[in-house]
Amino acid sequence: MTADIAAILAIDGIATGAVYALVAIGTVLIFTVTRVIFIPFGDIAAFTALTLAALDAKQLPGTAGLVVVLACMACVMEVASLARARELRAVPKAVLGYLVLPLIVVGIVWLTMRFNPPMPVRIVLALLLIMPISPLLDRIVFRPIADASVLLLLTVSVALHFALVGLGLLFFGPEGVRTEPLTSMAIEIAGVHVSGQTVLILTAALVFSGLLFLFFDFTLIGKALRATALNRTGARLMGIRPARAGTVAYLLGSLMAGVSGILIAPVNTIFYDSGFLLGLKAFVGAIVGGMASYPGAALGAFGVGIIESFASFQSSTLKDVIVFSLLIPILLWRSLASQHSEEEVEE
Amino acid sequence: MTQMFSIENVSVAYGKVEAVRNVSLSVEQGQIVTVIGPNGAGKTTLLMAAIGLLKSTGRMVFQGTDLARIDVEGRVERGLCLVPEKRELFADMSVADNLLLGTYSLRDRSTTRKSLDDVFDRFPRLKERSRQAAGTLSGGERQMLALGRALMAKPKLLVLDEPSLGLAPLIVREIFRTIASLRSLGVSVLLVEQNARAALETADFGYVLETGEIIQSGPADTLIHDPKLIAAYLGGH
Repeated sequence: MTADIAAILAIDGIATGAVYALVAIGTVLIFTVTRVIFIPFGDIAAFTALTLAALDAKQLPGTAGLVVVLACMACVMEVASLARARELRAVPKAVLGYLVLPLIVVGIVWLTMRFNPPMPVRIVLALLLIMPISPLLDRIVFRPIADASVLLLLTVSVALHFALVGLGLLFFGPEGVRTEPLTSMAIEIAGVHVSGQTVLILTAALVFSGLLFLFFDFTLIGKALRATALNRTGARLMGIRPARAGTVAYLLGSLMAGVSGILIAPVNTIFYDSGFLLGLKAFVGAIVGGMASYPGAALGAFGVGIIESFASFQSSTLKDVIVFSLLIPILLWRSLASQHSEEEVEE
Repeated sequence: MTQMFSIENVSVAYGKVEAVRNVSLSVEQGQIVTVIGPNGAGKTTLLMAAIGLLKSTGRMVFQGTDLARIDVEGRVERGLCLVPEKRELFADMSVADNLLLGTYSLRDRSTTRKSLDDVFDRFPRLKERSRQAAGTLSGGERQMLALGRALMAKPKLLVLDEPSLGLAPLIVREIFRTIASLRSLGVSVLLVEQNARAALETADFGYVLETGEIIQSGPADTLIHDPKLIAAYLGGH
């Protein structure tokens, strides 16, 4: 391997890593706030790419149908549980939040796409359409078992992923898509060719993680999310509802996953089931950060991207094996390095 | 005087073990009421039920509203705030952020700045450390922060669980001075304490809880001179 090739592989790896980093940050966000390891995150990213491809082809994306079905289910469940608790006064608000709002989003997309909107608008539409999915899934699947153990939540999360892959096949069909490149520009840095897409991916990763930090540091809702992640009981005593914090976390996480889906769509061909590997690799990155640290997760994700890039040069069939084999030393290192504090034992 | 908060025949059970049995008590507007009793009497359990963190039977009414269907967050929004024994601070966040989160339950946050200044006036130590992470504070400072955070929520009834636990005598005095000063703010207080003397000196009315039941109650200045209580809790001075 020459230095040139190494540089190309490194840049490629950093770009891939940036995509994983977005998903990894979202995974950590959801896990710390809701204790759910949201495996279907990769699917959300893949669905965003498929949604954008459908919009590019001037078709109503399958996501619209998915959102409508999920919104109906979530609304029925919420109304039923309110009726059981005899809280009928809260029903209109529930219908508004769980049914009307997602339907409005679908309506906006449906109306806007008749005017052949330009690329940036289509991207916004795809993100808009993808964002309600995880919060609705949260209401349907995780809210009823919110107090269960992390392990049970993880098991359900894996099951949910398989259900989503099935729904993906139903709504998007088996064809793979590749969206138009977002830019055809290219630059050279120290003699190495860097595509505009790579620059774009890195910029987007930086911008969105930067925005997330600003959100956490400067808004009360952001602080409330951090508070919920740090101390649930303490947060509840401040009047912060964990379920509501969870919804915000799912919305933000979906945005991160959606952006990553849009960034990889022009580079990789995306199928309805492409999300799994993406989500799993981001998960490996998140584990490096102990599922608790955003910089740790981002760093881990970049590491995964770079290793994957070099591994695929050595042996493209074994690249996933190499990446996932890394989990074993990482987990060993994490479990040896972490000290169990008394508070953790108490729980 | 109008009734602020009342607990009627409340029982709390952990599985089959009843930790609190048929307890009734009430707090009037602007009053400081204390529940004293030995370790394991069920004091903390009673407060956890009052805030809604534990399920209970019986009736609880706060400012005319039956609390049966109202969750923890709803109680906080109505002005019923608990400062728990474990403080439950947000350890990795700054002192200032901890205090700001106290305002989360308020609809109108235009007075946040003023509330923050008030808390800093009350506890200058918190101002000095406002950028520091809450987890780095000393025990006394943590209690001040927990109290300050609760005050940011503009509570109507402040429920305090063992505010003096594990603190140095000098700081205990400061904490109790703060509690006494809440009267002038119109905040009612329900105070649970093992430090019975300090609690009765501060409170208007007291209840004695033993093995989950109220065995005695009365005005605080009567209880403090009760020979039986002196022998049991007040160290026979």
